[in-house]
Amino acid sequence: MDKFDTLTGIAAPMPLVNIDTDMIIPKQFLKTIKRSGLGANLFDEMRFDRQGNEIPDFVLNKPQYREAEILVAGENFGCGSSREHAPWAIKDFGIRAVIAPSYADIFYNNCFKNGIIPIVLPQDQVDALMKDAEKGANARMTIDLEAQTVTSSDGDVFSFEVDSFKKHCLMNGLDDIGLTMEKSASIKSFEEAASQARPWV
Amino acid sequence: MSSPKTLYDKIWDAHVAHEAEDGTCLLYIDRHLVHEVTSPQAFEGLRMAGRGVHAPDKTIAVPDHNVPTTLDRADATTMTEDSRVQVNALDANAKEFGIHYYPVSDVRQGIVHIVGPEQGWTLPGMTVVCGDSHTATHGAFGALAHGIGTSEVEHVLATQTLIQKKSLNMKVEITGKLKPGVTAKDITMSVIGETGTAGGTGYVIEYCGEAIRDLSMEGRMTVCNMAIEGGARAGLIAPDEKTFEYCMGRPHAPKGAQWEAALAYWKTLFTDEGAHFDKVVTLKGEDIAPSVTWGTSPEDVLPITAVVPSPSEFEGGKVEAVQRSLDYMGLEPGTPLSEIAIDTVFIGSCTNGRIEDLRAAAAILKGKKVKDGMRAMVVPGSGLVRAQAEEEGLADIFKEAGFEWRLAGCSMCLAMNPDQLAEGERCASTSNRNFEGRQGYKGRTHLVSPGMAAAAAISGKLTDVREVM
Repeated sequence: MDKFDTLTGIAAPMPLVNIDTDMIIPKQFLKTIKRSGLGANLFDEMRFDRQGNEIPDFVLNKPQYREAEILVAGENFGCGSSREHAPWAIKDFGIRAVIAPSYADIFYNNCFKNGIIPIVLPQDQVDALMKDAEKGANARMTIDLEAQTVTSSDGDVFSFEVDSFKKHCLMNGLDDIGLTMEKSASIKSFEEAASQARPWV
Repeated sequence: MSSPKTLYDKIWDAHVAHEAEDGTCLLYIDRHLVHEVTSPQAFEGLRMAGRGVHAPDKTIAVPDHNVPTTLDRADATTMTEDSRVQVNALDANAKEFGIHYYPVSDVRQGIVHIVGPEQGWTLPGMTVVCGDSHTATHGAFGALAHGIGTSEVEHVLATQTLIQKKSLNMKVEITGKLKPGVTAKDITMSVIGETGTAGGTGYVIEYCGEAIRDLSMEGRMTVCNMAIEGGARAGLIAPDEKTFEYCMGRPHAPKGAQWEAALAYWKTLFTDEGAHFDKVVTLKGEDIAPSVTWGTSPEDVLPITAVVPSPSEFEGGKVEAVQRSLDYMGLEPGTPLSEIAIDTVFIGSCTNGRIEDLRAAAAILKGKKVKDGMRAMVVPGSGLVRAQAEEEGLADIFKEAGFEWRLAGCSMCLAMNPDQLAEGERCASTSNRNFEGRQGYKGRTHLVSPGMAAAAAISGKLTDVREVM
């Protein structure tokens, strides 16, 4: 997995609440057996018309946000399906961080598996960063995962919370499965005890 | 004496294989369900790392999202090339890794969340995961069941565990009795209307109360299915005699002495008196009405007797979201919901594709006709549901009314196969999500119960099922 430590980049404002996984990557793009290449269809039905032409009003089509690496969004971002194609598409587009008041549970977990940091901040702080993002390409934000801070283009610093284990894995680009396999003795002894206690499972 | 525990606490505690100092746990997984859309990259990951499936006996695969539901689907050309690649990949992966498999040609094939319980894979007290958010369905058995992403699918395949931190406990109590015409679907949609789509975020919900106890297993599955739509990690209902009766004799349920041992354990799976819940929501069963969604989020739900709301009735970011929803749905504030004309009716999905759902719809449709010009389809949740419905004469009622009688799959719930809405088409659907584009590009979805869907098929508009009962 890719590491994440610090990032300074353009933030695209998407103030809509309940941005769901069908918006992030519509189902017709789930028919792939690969993880790559989905960035071309990120937010497909908001970004393109039926003929495949760009919809100029959509934020990521605006010249100042085409190189965005951060999204600032409304509450409950990533609600809906478990499709990891959503973070795959976000990452493939070049976005490495999302800032929102809240996320859907499965999407939130999926981000960490893909080198993306989903940052939770209170609504008033997200509102302030949304205003900052609306300034366009000159307003670059900085995210420092080690320090757990977001710094706006004006130098305002916002601190965020993140689970220590998830932070550790993200900062070091660790493979979860490898880490879990180091605990295979615990898994084996659990299985032996469980097969006695609940042999029907 | 240990402190009182919730049902969730009990199942969680029984499955922690390892706990780190910071509370990060390895949760052991008893059943891993797999389908064709979210698994190919996980199996590929195993191959790349030279890893195998840790517990193939606990891993069950069935193709459902992509498969055509038309009667000619044995002909491989009915599937698009990319769908066929995914289904073929699942065929090959099931064989290579030696996991249980129900191919498209098997009568037991169907939606993964219907097949699991039907075959007795899902049992009380288990942990169940699947790369699909509607895994919450299995919570109806008092199993801790939730959706996971593909990286986690790979993690479970490789280790039979998940890295987890415990969620908070939330209780949703539905007191008293439901009124006639009100169903499990109306309960679960009304709860989301009350709490919002993020109201359950960070929690595992236990549904309880007289109205929940009165539900059949099918109804309980409908309630738990949409726990994810309320943001919860999982929904749970404590097992009882109905649960045990449902499980008994299923192909993969325990038999003989093991059944007795299992039963004794299952009877301990309830929330202790005095156990702590971090959040409690209570609804009166008698206050719940036949419900319908008007917008593009499952929280946009109202009784069928209501009118389309105005953005000005909302606050914060929801004002813009409601305006966007109404534009997308082509609706004007103040329009009675019962005057909204529809083009399509879809009965099926892991929310409402079980036998009881088909019975409820058929009871309304018996001797009636689908309104001229409308498209109406029934997609049973599994091949066995379909067979049972044929045996009970329900299929004849649907066909005589003018419904298409399809083969099993996810179908128009997410429209990954050819079953899709056309641009601007409006559908009364028994599925679970009314997101933009969910049932087809620019398609418009109104979520309803099976009885409400049947009533809409007859009248050609959203209709209060109580008027046609």
